[in-house]
This record gives sequence, C-alpha cells and structure tokens, in this order.
Amino acid sequence: MPADYLPILIMLVVAALFALVALIVPYYMGPRNPSTSKSDTYESGKLPFGTARRQVPIHYYMVAMLFMMFDIEVIFFYPWAVIFRQLKIFGLIEMGVFVAILLVGYVYIWKKGALEWD
Amino acid sequence: MEQIINWLANILSNASWWGLPVEPAASVIVWAVYGFILALVVAPMAMIVLTWLERKIIARIQDRIGPNRAGPFGIMQAMADAIKMLTKEDITPLGADRIPFNIGPGLAAVASILIFAVLPVAPGLIGTDLSIGIFYVVAVGAFSILGILMSGWSSNNKYALLGAFRAVSQLVSYEVPMVIALITVAVVAGSMSTLTITENQTLASGGWYIFAMPLTFLIFFLASVAEVGRSPFDLLEADSEIVAGFHVEYSGLKFGLFMISEYVHALAVAALSATLFLGGWNGPGVAQAVAASPFWGGVLGFVYYLLKMGIFIFIMMWFRGTLPRFRIDQLLDFGWKLLTPLSLVNLLVMAFIVRLFQPGNVSMGAEIPAGPLASWGGIGQTITMLVASVLLVFLTTLVVRAFARRSRARGFRAIAAIEN
Repeated sequence: MPADYLPILIMLVVAALFALVALIVPYYMGPRNPSTSKSDTYESGKLPFGTARRQVPIHYYMVAMLFMMFDIEVIFFYPWAVIFRQLKIFGLIEMGVFVAILLVGYVYIWKKGALEWD
Repeated sequence: MEQIINWLANILSNASWWGLPVEPAASVIVWAVYGFILALVVAPMAMIVLTWLERKIIARIQDRIGPNRAGPFGIMQAMADAIKMLTKEDITPLGADRIPFNIGPGLAAVASILIFAVLPVAPGLIGTDLSIGIFYVVAVGAFSILGILMSGWSSNNKYALLGAFRAVSQLVSYEVPMVIALITVAVVAGSMSTLTITENQTLASGGWYIFAMPLTFLIFFLASVAEVGRSPFDLLEADSEIVAGFHVEYSGLKFGLFMISEYVHALAVAALSATLFLGGWNGPGVAQAVAASPFWGGVLGFVYYLLKMGIFIFIMMWFRGTLPRFRIDQLLDFGWKLLTPLSLVNLLVMAFIVRLFQPGNVSMGAEIPAGPLASWGGIGQTITMLVASVLLVFLTTLVVRAFARRSRARGFRAIAAIEN
C-alpha cells in the first residue's frame, strides 16, 4: 500500500529537519576565530603536502565489483523468500539450481584470486 | 499506533477550534510526534547513554572504574561531553568540498534514525508496518555508507579518504551475508514484515528464531556488527592506523552527528536482532496483559524489548572490550570466503526444512500442499532446524580447519625455503 509509506515520508522530513538544525546551530553557538593553521588538513602534525584526491587502489574496485554481482543475485532472493511457500517444491529446486550456478561463479572468482587482498 | 491515532482523533473531533479533517490530521500529528521522539529524544539519548555505558563496561573489563566524578556513577560525564560538542568551533578544512562535507554527517544520522520507522518496539507501537520491512531496513541502512563516503572524500584529508575506502569495502562486503541471513528469516517466517515476523515467534509456532536458527543469527549479528563498523571490525575508524578515518576533519556537532549515527545504528542492529531472533516484544504474560489493558500490555512488551536489546548492546561492547582489530585481508576473507558461502548453504538448508514442515493451507489463491513432516508442528521444525544448524557449524569447522592446516603448511614450507 502506498499509504503505508506516508509515515516514513513524515519521519524523513522530521529527521532531516533535525539533521539540518544540528548542522546549522553549532555555526552560531561556537566561537569563530579561523586561522590558516587551524583549517589546515590534519596530517599527524606535519605540514600537509599534495592533494588527498588520489587514485584508488584497485583492490577496492574489485571488492565493489564483487559486491555488485552478489547484490544483484541477492535481489532475486527477496521475492522468492516471500512466495516460497506458494511456489511449492518447484521453488525449492529452482533456487537450488540458482545457487548452484552462483556457486560455480563463486568458485571461479576464488580460483582467479579475486578474493585475495594482496 | 492506530489506537493512539484514534484517541487523538477523538480529542480533535471534540475540539471546536479544530477546522481541518480529523482523521488524516491525527495520523500526521502522531507520525510526526513519533519521528520527533526518534530524532530528538532517542537519537541523542542513545549517544549519551550508550557512550557512558560503553565507557563504564569497558572500564570494568579492563579493571578500571571508568567515569565516576560527574553526577551519580559519572552519568553526567556523557551529558557534559554532549554540551561541549555543541559549543565547539565549527571548522571546515582548507580545500574541502563544502556541500558533501556538510551533507555527509546529516545523511548518516538520518539514515540510522529512519531504520527505527519499521521496528515494532511494543505491541501496537510501530512506525509503519511495511510488507517489505526487512528490505527497507537494508536499503535505508546502506545510506549511511553513502554519508561516510561523502565525508571521507570531501574532507581533502588522506586519512579520511583511506578511512572512507576501508569503510565502503567493508560495509559492502558484509552486506551480502547479512542480507542472505535476513532472507533466511523471511523464508522461515513467510514474510518480510517485521511485525509478522515478531508475531510468528510465539511458543505455538516454534518459539524464538534464535533457537531454531542459531547459525543464521550468528551470521546476521557478526555481519551487522561489521556493518556498523564496531570493534573488532572497526577498521574504518582505526585510531592507531588512520587516526579516526572518515571523520578526522570534523568538529563540534558534525562530529556528534557521526557519533549519533554510529550509536543509533548499533542500537538499530540490537533492536533488529531482538525483533528477528528473540521474538521482539514477545514474552511471558504479554498477550494476557494486552488483552487486559492495551496500554500496560504495551509497556510490558516495551520493557521486554528493551531488555533483549540490552543483551545485544552488551555483547557488542563486550566485543569491543576483548577482541583485537582484524587486518583488512582477514576482514575481507572472513566476509567473502566464510560468511557468504555459509549463509547461502544455510539459506537452502533452512528452506528445505521449512518445506518439510509446511502445514497444508491455501494462501494468496495458491493451494499449498502439506509437507511430509507437517504433523510434527512448529516445535518439531525448531528442533530440526537447531540440529541442522549445529551440523552445519560442525561441518564448517572441519572445512575451515582443513583450510587452515593447508595454509599453515604452505607458510612453513615458505619459511623452510628461505632458511635453506
């Protein structure tokens, strides 16, 4: 029912207002005397060098790819879980096949070394 | 919730000064008040009380006393910290990307607070009973990852960027087993609605799910703790390696919003665990109390709910007090190589057992045939699931042991090769 989501919309507005106030209030409550060394980025007390917008190590990219893959697989579980009983024995066998295919891909990426960090 | 709305609608319809339609206005007011309570009372109180509790518990674990100067048992210490946060200077570092830098903490906090909208905290008290409750929790919970990434990237700080990378890779890795564990619960309960899942955990239908599915609970709880980024999975804010990770450049209440986000998320995980595995507000005497008086029954259910949440909160703090931090490769190995396949196998086994014990009936226009063991009832299903879970744990231990032995042998060979 779309009406079920109305409370969430209202709570979202209220929570967002709270966050907004919490972001704005300290600007006026706290003292304000900026200085260059205060607004420098923190680098363990040394003078910061270079920019922090660097290239991302490839490992993180691999993890993100794996996540995309598995999360899309998982999407199919949601409707299956709810109508699992209505699907009778067919639903169980079908999901067994699905997971088996998934596991083949899983073993493949493991053997390829995609799950190794270094 | 409906009773409260009806009660307010009654008052409004008797009030002569109220000109608007009564029924929708009452609903909107009640929901808005519920949201206010969540955002302005529960969230800050969660931060204040939980930081105090955590400091006390960890102090006791480490044989210290912990905060004890300000107020009774030092409870005012956390209060003082909160006030100090309010009155600190608001600093934006040079070169920061202002818009995501400011949105990030707000987004993280809002996402954590909104999880509570679908959790049934007491009989008759739930923000809204969505038919996709579990899915909603996962979807909204993921938004706090976005907040973390935004703030880590926009801070223009190398530590913050590293922390954000670690956070995202860890959170997405543990999302998969967590979701599969949640789906296991949905299969057993036959619904994704948190209210239905709570109501299904009565003694007649087999009792709390933690007895039926201890392994599912373990997967869910560990993955959730990693999802919140608490110890021993606190790589994203490892103080000794990357000083504080993504929130190193934040000060004042923006930093406080991250604290709120973390603690409210931890609270939400505890609440969700209590709902899904410890029967939510179910407990001895609740049904009778609700029948006698909805209000006092609700209070009793709420007390049970708080107690169950407290157990999980305590376990999380216990983790933090006793376990060392994972390394990132260990962390990802644990998520991808152990929890993910284990949760998949667990899902299939549990689905098979549900099929065996399925009582025959008609639902949604489809006739469901009875399973071969349907006459054993809910208790039989619980016991079978428990046995299956224990067997799975045993098998997993054997497999992990074999792997460990092999990798150790490889290590010894490598050392021997170097020495020769």
